[in-house]
Amino acid sequence: MPEAALPARALRAPASQARGARGEALAGLFLTLPAGISYVLLLLLPTIAAVLLAFTDYELGAPDVRWIGIENFRELVDDRGFVISLRNTIVYVGIVAPASIAGALVLALLIEATTRGKALFRAVFFLPVVSLPVGMATAWQYLLHPTIGPVNAFLRDVGVAGPAWLTSSDTVLLSLAFIGIWEAIGFNLVLFLAGLTAIPRELHQAAEVDGVRSAWERFRLVTWPLLGPTTLFVVTITMIRSVRVFDSVAVLTQGGPNRASEVLLYTMYTEGFTFFRLGYSAAITLVFLVIVLGLMLLQTKVLDRRVHYG
Amino acid sequence: MAERPSQPGAELARLLFLGLLGLLFLMPYIWMISASLKPLDEIFRASLNLIPEGGGTLRNYARVLAEVPVAQYLWNGIVVCAGILLFQLMFAVPAGYAIAKLNFPGREWVFGAVMLGLLVPHHVPALPLYVGLSWLGWLNTYASLIIPSTISVFAIFLFRQFFKALPDELIHAARIDGMGELSIVWRVIMPNALPAATAFAIFSVVAHWNDLFWPLIAVTGHERATPALAILYYRSEEAGDDFGALMAASVIMTAPLVLAFLLAQRRFVEGIATTGLKG
Repeated sequence: MPEAALPARALRAPASQARGARGEALAGLFLTLPAGISYVLLLLLPTIAAVLLAFTDYELGAPDVRWIGIENFRELVDDRGFVISLRNTIVYVGIVAPASIAGALVLALLIEATTRGKALFRAVFFLPVVSLPVGMATAWQYLLHPTIGPVNAFLRDVGVAGPAWLTSSDTVLLSLAFIGIWEAIGFNLVLFLAGLTAIPRELHQAAEVDGVRSAWERFRLVTWPLLGPTTLFVVTITMIRSVRVFDSVAVLTQGGPNRASEVLLYTMYTEGFTFFRLGYSAAITLVFLVIVLGLMLLQTKVLDRRVHYG
Repeated sequence: MAERPSQPGAELARLLFLGLLGLLFLMPYIWMISASLKPLDEIFRASLNLIPEGGGTLRNYARVLAEVPVAQYLWNGIVVCAGILLFQLMFAVPAGYAIAKLNFPGREWVFGAVMLGLLVPHHVPALPLYVGLSWLGWLNTYASLIIPSTISVFAIFLFRQFFKALPDELIHAARIDGMGELSIVWRVIMPNALPAATAFAIFSVVAHWNDLFWPLIAVTGHERATPALAILYYRSEEAGDDFGALMAASVIMTAPLVLAFLLAQRRFVEGIATTGLKG
């Protein structure tokens, strides 16, 4: 392939050899320039602006902006809506992350052990990862509808009165978490499958020769320790992904009923783009950013200390 | 886990368990399609029959197609995804090549900036970007949907890693042939980077076809609505409680990517799980 891509113009060779280090430096700068400009304009400056905004009382359409220091953050602490939103987000992550990780691990071990249908099962469980979340959320809205939804129709048939999944404050967060698990499990499954493939088969055979008879003991002594780096990675990426829950809330509950499903990004969205309190919204964004950075820091800390196999 | 052929009983139990769970996972799709083929009164009877009585009806689909500009929504989705991908590649491929293979002053700084950028979720710059685009009067345009995503530090990082592994001789040979650095990028490096580019393309298209957060901010009204927005609009303006029509609209907007996934399953899994590490 490389030969085909190269026109043979050997005559110009001396000129290009003479170009030297300065030419290379110029070329390097020239090639990074487009990315550099868009990086500064679309990522660096807006991010800095968002951080600065968090310390102002800026509202869209307001005549002037004042620097108010940490006033927004002081207001956040006293804002019942925000505190509920933060708590809901933590509960949501606390359900979705462990359940989707444990579920994906079990599925990965089962799929790895089967001799047929591997690709089919992987595709089935991965399907939600690529499906339009808004479209699937409306499908869940129908499935979980209190009167005409198939889930409650099924429960009625077996003699149980199903709850109003998405419209009762007792069950709404749980229902959203369930949808979140359904969306996340396939992604984690694929990461675990990749991790499992990397474990040499001889190790399991060696363990068996050494008298480790039960499958569970082999998992505990061989698979689990060697899967450590993968697991750690899956844990942090799942937490970071589920802190960003937005679509299902925006489509199904708008944070309701009575703020029972209010989550960080949705609160940030309504403060910023419905009430146009951009300064306050930026403060929420900053809280969100600190949580995400904290999770990433946790990953590198643990990674430095614990990972022995990669 | 078993290296010797395991007992057929265990294998059967595994297959049965995976099969049942898989079926449960597919329930939202099955019911979505089933409801989209049922007339409204049958949906309201809440029967557990998956097959619509009397073979089903396409009236829900006809209704969606008659009521809203479906082709326009899908076209918007295509334009936005293609536009974003084009710019991402145009910016990231040369930058990734320069960081991987060229010596230039500030290279470490550029790479540091890329690593720093990887830490910031795209929700963070959203507020100032909205203010800027609104000030320019660009909201509700393709530009407002495309521009904020044109820079992908993740793409730069990915291509840098990939290009580092390419042999230097390839580039030297091209230089001896008198090629400039820009044509080296597009005519020598790019053909060799197709696996990485394909994986990234899938990652990018899936992310932006499915995104709701930014379109919800940048667009109001039908003219530039993406498929995700279209479903929201359809529910609030036309369908209401008519789940048949709503499910039909959801099927239409969800189908393109799902079909693409079913056709190129392996590539999708690679593209998203190995590329999508950033999440």
